[in-house]
Amino acid sequence: MPQLRLTGRGLWITVLIAPPLAFVALFIVYPIVAAFAYAFYDWQGLMRGDFVGLANFHQVLFVEPYASWTRNAFTHNIIVFFALMVLQNGVGFILAYALWRELPGARFHRVAVFLPVVLSTIIVGYLWKLFLHPLFGVVNQSLKAVGLPFLAQPWLGQDTTALWALIFANAWHMVGFPTLVFLAGMQRIPGEILDAVRMETESEWVKITKIVWPLVAPSATVVFVLLFVGAFNWFELPYIMAGLDGSPYGSTDVLGLYFYRTAFGNVSAGQQNFGLGSALAVLIFVFIAAVASVITVRLRAREIQI
Amino acid sequence: MTAAAETYYEKRGLIGTLGRDGLLQIILVANTFIMLAPIVIMVFSAFKTNMEIFQSPFSLPDFTNVANFVKIWTQTNFLRYLANSFIVTGASMVCILTLGTMAAYAIARYQFFGASFILMFFLAGLTLPLKLAIIPLFMLMRDLGILNNQLSLIAVYTAMGLPTTVFIMTGFIRTLPSELEDAARMDGASEARIMWSIMLPLVRPAMVIAGIQNVVPIWNDFFFPLVFIQNDSLKTLPQGLTTFMGEYTTDWGVLFSGLTLSAAPIILIYIMLSRQFINGMTSGAVK
Repeated sequence: MPQLRLTGRGLWITVLIAPPLAFVALFIVYPIVAAFAYAFYDWQGLMRGDFVGLANFHQVLFVEPYASWTRNAFTHNIIVFFALMVLQNGVGFILAYALWRELPGARFHRVAVFLPVVLSTIIVGYLWKLFLHPLFGVVNQSLKAVGLPFLAQPWLGQDTTALWALIFANAWHMVGFPTLVFLAGMQRIPGEILDAVRMETESEWVKITKIVWPLVAPSATVVFVLLFVGAFNWFELPYIMAGLDGSPYGSTDVLGLYFYRTAFGNVSAGQQNFGLGSALAVLIFVFIAAVASVITVRLRAREIQI
Repeated sequence: MTAAAETYYEKRGLIGTLGRDGLLQIILVANTFIMLAPIVIMVFSAFKTNMEIFQSPFSLPDFTNVANFVKIWTQTNFLRYLANSFIVTGASMVCILTLGTMAAYAIARYQFFGASFILMFFLAGLTLPLKLAIIPLFMLMRDLGILNNQLSLIAVYTAMGLPTTVFIMTGFIRTLPSELEDAARMDGASEARIMWSIMLPLVRPAMVIAGIQNVVPIWNDFFFPLVFIQNDSLKTLPQGLTTFMGEYTTDWGVLFSGLTLSAAPIILIYIMLSRQFINGMTSGAVK
């Protein structure tokens, strides 16, 4: 009798666990493992050809013009990451600090700062593309209205400003996320610690650098790592605002666009290459995984248990 | 105290004059303005003609002029895109919450061989950027015969949503007391009956958190439809928006009303449930 009961329960657990497990195995684990395998083959359209070893990796890293394209896109991802570190996470920290004081209207400000976060990147991209239009966009119209017409630029049309326009749009879209993660971290700092600090020092600067910043370290770890992964996966915003080629002249090209173009082809080239695309995907994947784990370990080490 | 020191202490800088809180309040008001102004201008422009947008971009529009919206309603596939987004998001959410709760319940309430390994397996999916596996996913969907079919989107979204859901639900279900369960078992209730009638009604709060965390990225996703869906009548809202924006490039009033209509559903729900949205969307990052 106990044996039967056990089989019954074993069956019940299997019924519960097998379908979700199958979904994750089939649509997450298998594609990621397969992406590694694909990179070692030559591909003719959708047909897998011969095993070519590391040839695809060699081509995207060292053979021109792929090598310069890879370098160009990678450099832009690095710029994007560091710029957003300041504009998104840095500003987010300041905003969180301001919200934390619970000044009048704090609840409203909190809802407002998070509002763009819930919007689709597609909506945000098109909105800023219209706003940044050289003649009719509100950005240049505002500059003219306040008497600064010489500052009006074709923001998305020239290679010196295009990437920065995208970075700004991304910061506008996402700044609410680090803000509220930092705010949650600050709200967990025990009141006794803050009272003790108030006895010791009047200086706001000392309080922020010596107390608040170290104590929100767990929040910082999370937003830094998420920003890193996000910056090297950047695709939708440049796709909408700058197009698949990273116009003008590749000045906004990033790894996401470059990978997509290589794998699926684009309107002008029309050439799709799954082998080179997979090699790029594997390189990006390994780079993200390696750096993200180093960042996580290093940042975890400075977290303090309260 | 010397005279020099005295003037130093009497001189009050920006922070002194405004007060620290005054400065912080100014920062908050300025930021809120930067966050909301673009959205307000978008909504205003949706009621304007091209001429009005170019000549007075900031003025209040005539809110009774809904010509742009009528154009969208009658001349584009907008309603079709909206309906598709509802279908895909709704079906994915049902699958995620059903399958996620099943797995979490098994892991949290029963002791069996490999339970912690299975939990690790789910959690591994939390951090993997699935976009980079798009080529094998594309081939997989082709082999399954669901390319250009919304089932491909539902399948990917379900798989992507499961790790967070299992993570949140397992943690929550573990905290539930076992007395109720034991009592029911003593009365001879079956395991399925215990789960359905006794435990499930208790896990609703965790379902709301897991649901919100997944519903926003799925509703907003653009990448997977871009690769999987070609057929215009199957496109979701963000993807349909790109088609639509390409067709009406010179009619700015229609473009802004398209953006306004696309943003409206999620903005309205967000305003009503802002606390749940903020908690849900940051719950993965806030422990």
